[in-house]
Amino acid sequence: MNFDFTDEQVMLRDSVARFIQDDYDFDTRCKVVASEAGMSKANWDTFAELGWLSVPFAEEFGGFGGGPVDLMVMMEEFGKGLVVEPYFATVVLFGGLLSRGGSEAQQGDFIPRIIEGSCLGAFAYLERQSRFEIADVQTRATRQGEDYLLDGEKVVVFNGANADTLIVSARTAGEQTDKHGITLFLVPANAPGVELVDYRLMDGQRVANVVLREVVVGASHVLGAVDEGLPLMQAVISDACVALGAEALGIMDRLNAKTLEYTRTREQFGVAIGSFQALQHRMVDTFMSCEQARSLLYRAVCALEKEDDDPARDIHALKVMIDKAGKHIYGEAIQLHGGMGITDELDIGHYAKRLMMINATFGNGDYHQGLFNALSYGRDAA
Amino acid sequence: MDTSFSAEDLAFRDEVRAFFAEAYDDDLQARLADKATFREAVIDWQRRLHDKGWIAPNWPKAHGGAEWTPTQNFIYETERAAAGVRDVVPFGLKMVGPVIYTFGNDEQKERFLPRILRSEDWWCQGYSEPGAGSDLAALKTRAERDGDDYVVNGAKIWTTYAQYADWIFCLVRTSNEGKKQNGISFLLIDMHSPGIKVNPIVSIDNHHSLNEVEFNNVRVPVANLIGEEHKGWTYAKALLAHERTSIAGVADSKRALAEVQHFAAREQNGGRFLIDDPLFQQRLSDIEIELMALEYTELRVLASVAAGGAPGAESSLLKIKGTEIQQAIQELRMELAGYYQGVLPTELAQEVLGHSFGSDARQAFMYGRAATIYGGSNEVQKNIIAKAVLGL
Ligand SMILES: Cc1cc2nc3c(=O)[nH]c(=O)nc-3n(C[C@H](O)[C@H](O)[C@H](O)COP(=O)(O)OP(=O)(O)OC[C@H]3O[C@@H](n4cnc5c(N)ncnc54)[C@H](O)[C@@H]3O)c2cc1C
Repeated sequence: MNFDFTDEQVMLRDSVARFIQDDYDFDTRCKVVASEAGMSKANWDTFAELGWLSVPFAEEFGGFGGGPVDLMVMMEEFGKGLVVEPYFATVVLFGGLLSRGGSEAQQGDFIPRIIEGSCLGAFAYLERQSRFEIADVQTRATRQGEDYLLDGEKVVVFNGANADTLIVSARTAGEQTDKHGITLFLVPANAPGVELVDYRLMDGQRVANVVLREVVVGASHVLGAVDEGLPLMQAVISDACVALGAEALGIMDRLNAKTLEYTRTREQFGVAIGSFQALQHRMVDTFMSCEQARSLLYRAVCALEKEDDDPARDIHALKVMIDKAGKHIYGEAIQLHGGMGITDELDIGHYAKRLMMINATFGNGDYHQGLFNALSYGRDAA
Repeated sequence: MDTSFSAEDLAFRDEVRAFFAEAYDDDLQARLADKATFREAVIDWQRRLHDKGWIAPNWPKAHGGAEWTPTQNFIYETERAAAGVRDVVPFGLKMVGPVIYTFGNDEQKERFLPRILRSEDWWCQGYSEPGAGSDLAALKTRAERDGDDYVVNGAKIWTTYAQYADWIFCLVRTSNEGKKQNGISFLLIDMHSPGIKVNPIVSIDNHHSLNEVEFNNVRVPVANLIGEEHKGWTYAKALLAHERTSIAGVADSKRALAEVQHFAAREQNGGRFLIDDPLFQQRLSDIEIELMALEYTELRVLASVAAGGAPGAESSLLKIKGTEIQQAIQELRMELAGYYQGVLPTELAQEVLGHSFGSDARQAFMYGRAATIYGGSNEVQKNIIAKAVLGL
């Protein structure tokens, strides 16, 4: 048993950390957020040059062949830097769906381009009514000869406006919430009938609502098996929840460090506020929350690595903890910074907002705790 | 990063399982449950572990230990708790033993260690005093040099199992000069010495495990001093970190939670089993998720200790979270017991109700209140983390 990182993982982590320290301070990041595209193409090229875009992909397509731990160490650092470039949307989600479900031709077409930085992708799974149930799909794909005709609307699509290609979940059979009958399609963003409304979320990331009106795609654009898109989505979302957990952990770690530093330097009543036991114990509590969250992150990552174990319970537990620990930690960070904590100028609030979005992504703590309970205590399944 | 078991690990797990199934037999369990035979039964059980070579998993081999890997420790603890096997009495094996082999002289090692391993001496811990609890260094029990002896006067309190003990390891004051931590010595005292009196204290669970120990002109040979005079505080501190890791009790909490789940699938409210009640499920998983996390926190600490790190302030985290979880489980078990939590542990209860889970739940809950107090209270642990980890 060991919790060590390989030399390569340490190098990967350090290279992201160095980039953030040298080229991605908070002001720079805010300028990127405010820019036209909401991301920096120059940064994206750097990510490609440093090999980060290749990390989870198979070597046969020029990838690094990395596993969940490699992804974890990077995501944690991205979290610390509040990186808004669409690594999660393009590499983890879009790339993940291709890796797990794409045909050889699709993989050979897209993955090398993702790796060289010339292809940005997005995963359009969410609909207005669906909230956390990814099987709740109204968008329809109807067969028309050799082609499919897509109609419907997807909302809050991460990186939707910058993506060249979208992976869209659509119903090819069954009723609105049936598990069976969902198919994934690769849809060029510039296909006729695709209409994007681009906007920004509170955490700075760019998203889009996507309206599909009689969009025609060929059968070669089907990703994975027809009607069997759900298990593929679930598998990628499991990986993605762990990646998000790592990002959240980076943020929590940073929030705790910043708060600690502040209480050491801020003086009231003639002493550093960090000398008050009431505050010390609260910071010990946030330290413990962060360590507990880290433990569940490692637990989930180890479960993903052991292919024979079902990681579902560990991943639900991680999402629950990220919710709970996240709220605890950003709440205390804001409180202990006093009035400064509620300014837009300070980064504390920005870290908090990203944690809130992470919590909402792919189901909040309550949702995952419900699934955890059903898996652990439910007797219907047995 | 890798937490999978090797083939040897799995073989070890099977061996542990098989051993418990055979050696922790019904007769032994009955004798452990009976106050009149408890002491002898504990010794009997510990001898069986000794014969198997498993009595001191973490002692160095040179001193008769097994030097298990963290994985082996983890497996052993998990299996032990799952089988409902009691842990060894810690005072000799987990507390004074390590102090003796780390800081004692050769003669002390030869004299005491084999007897600890074979459970020939029952040890207890004499640290706390009426005026020295969290502020342990304020202790006043005096040891004054007189020829080849120390003469000890004072009183210790909360001494667990002093009524059974052959020996007590004590922190005593040998000097009043300078910082209060600097005048403390670590002394091994024969409980059969003239001048020692043990007074029982009945605890909130109506049991007697706690005592007050009085010392009136007790003569203790200087040969029983560990290390250097006045340096006892350093030795005691090294021991405390060990004590805190074992207090986390992850494996035992896993078993306790499984038991709650088991009873929740049997107890009903309005025709519905409690395990099917979403609110009850929520309370269960609140605890289980924290416990799943703590299990990995403990593994991380064990792995770093195995790699040469010391169980430092992280062990305070294990203690705080571990005891919070223990108490949360005990509380949930009380909710589950409902009216039956009030039933006293008589044979009648067993006969009339057909079960004793109400009184068992209460006993655990009541004594369980102590876990956040002893071993350095949780508030004191937070002070330690604030200082040692956060640097405040
Ligand atoms: C069941 C049980 C078994 C025990 N067994 C043994 C044994 O075998 N041998 C032995 O030597 N001792 C034993 N102890 C004693 C135990 O170590 C002490 O109870 C413990 O150190 C606390 O001391 P105290 O009881 O005097 O409480 P106090 O120190 O008086 O504490 C009272 C309260 O004040 C809080 N407090 C104290 N100082 C601070 C501070 N600086 N900041 C914030 N809060 C603070 C504490 O957390 C606690 O909540 C045992 C205790 C129990 C309950």
